[in-house]
Amino acid sequence: MQNDPRKALALISGGLDSMLAARVVLEQGVHVEGINFFTGFCVEGHTHAIRRGRDSARPRRNNALWVAEQLGIRLHIVDVVEPYKDVVLNPRHGYGANLNPCLDCKIFMLGEAVEWIEAHDFDFIVTGEVMGQRPKSQRKQSMPLVARESSAGDRLLRPLCARNLPQTLPEREGWVRREALHGFSGRSRKPQMRLAARFGITDYAQPAGGCCFLTDANYTKKLEDLWAHRDGRRYELDDIMLLKVGRHLRPRPHFKMIVAREEGEVQFLEGYCKQFTHLRTVSHGGPLALVEGDTDEDDLALAAAITARFSQGRNAHTVEVSVHRGDRSRNLRVRPMQADKIRPDWYL
Amino acid sequence: MEHELDARRLLCPMPVIRTQDKIKTLAPGDVLTVTATDPGALSDIPAWCRINGHSVDRSWEDGTEVHIRIRVGDG
Repeated sequence: MQNDPRKALALISGGLDSMLAARVVLEQGVHVEGINFFTGFCVEGHTHAIRRGRDSARPRRNNALWVAEQLGIRLHIVDVVEPYKDVVLNPRHGYGANLNPCLDCKIFMLGEAVEWIEAHDFDFIVTGEVMGQRPKSQRKQSMPLVARESSAGDRLLRPLCARNLPQTLPEREGWVRREALHGFSGRSRKPQMRLAARFGITDYAQPAGGCCFLTDANYTKKLEDLWAHRDGRRYELDDIMLLKVGRHLRPRPHFKMIVAREEGEVQFLEGYCKQFTHLRTVSHGGPLALVEGDTDEDDLALAAAITARFSQGRNAHTVEVSVHRGDRSRNLRVRPMQADKIRPDWYL
Repeated sequence: MEHELDARRLLCPMPVIRTQDKIKTLAPGDVLTVTATDPGALSDIPAWCRINGHSVDRSWEDGTEVHIRIRVGDG
């Protein structure tokens, strides 16, 4: 007879549902460790790191780590940027409202979790899924599909809605008691909030959703523009990071600009200056702007005028702008572009 | 043994992931000093250390860089 507790791996997003699911299983004496996947599209982390000014009132923390610490469990953060590209580019089950491949994403992450538990001799997987909570990946019909296609099968326990689903391995084997699991369904957050209160959990991140840039219409517009202006649908981590930062404008089909909006973004974009032609205002305070694409003299003059527009010299007669390309730099004196001359369709 | 990890220009959670991967190659008692430019590393890396059995000897800011000195635990 085995005396050691059974071991479960909980997918921890940093939100409330996965926190509660892990807690429900911990309450039953199971050894739980967490896993969190970094896809490159996570809203978590980067935005607060980059945009210091706007988010300064919010706690600067990684919510998945914070949740793990509250639960007293280990957390393994896994970089899946490379394998995740195939999920984004070729989703078998298609996209949601934007470029969000939610169903394929869930299957992918559970597939990774299956490999992890098999490599580390764990018994089952826990997720915070709730039937009917999400329009695509958490529908009643998609739940068995996700379990099947990820190879998790009946090793997948969804403690928040388990009582609406067939028994799983940990329930059948008596590793967890089914009656101590829950039967939540639908989009209401009230059952989760009641359970959180019962556990004494009062501080948690956004209840659900909003954790992935691929669900964001503005972000996916920029990603589609990226694909439309390069040889095919592909991306590197730097590409998708840069889409999160600054104003993006495409004043000509063959080049685009990324203009920092505040100091944190300037510091972030500084890291890309060696790779990109970039512009800075010299005579006035102003942003750093990166230029992507093949540009001639006229294009750079246009880019300088746009950069000047977003500087403190926007109402000046002329603004001096330095243009840096590789090891070479020179200064241009330009008239800041008037606001009404920046066409709305230049903004991505 | 003393080790260093350069996690500059990386945004969280990448400094945490690099720290986690580096520590897997180290022995208990080893010391790892991580340098990062994402100020979030000052809270995230110590949090990761606390839940994974490692200790932070010291952390400090130096201009635009942050440094975290970690003593590797038994894991």
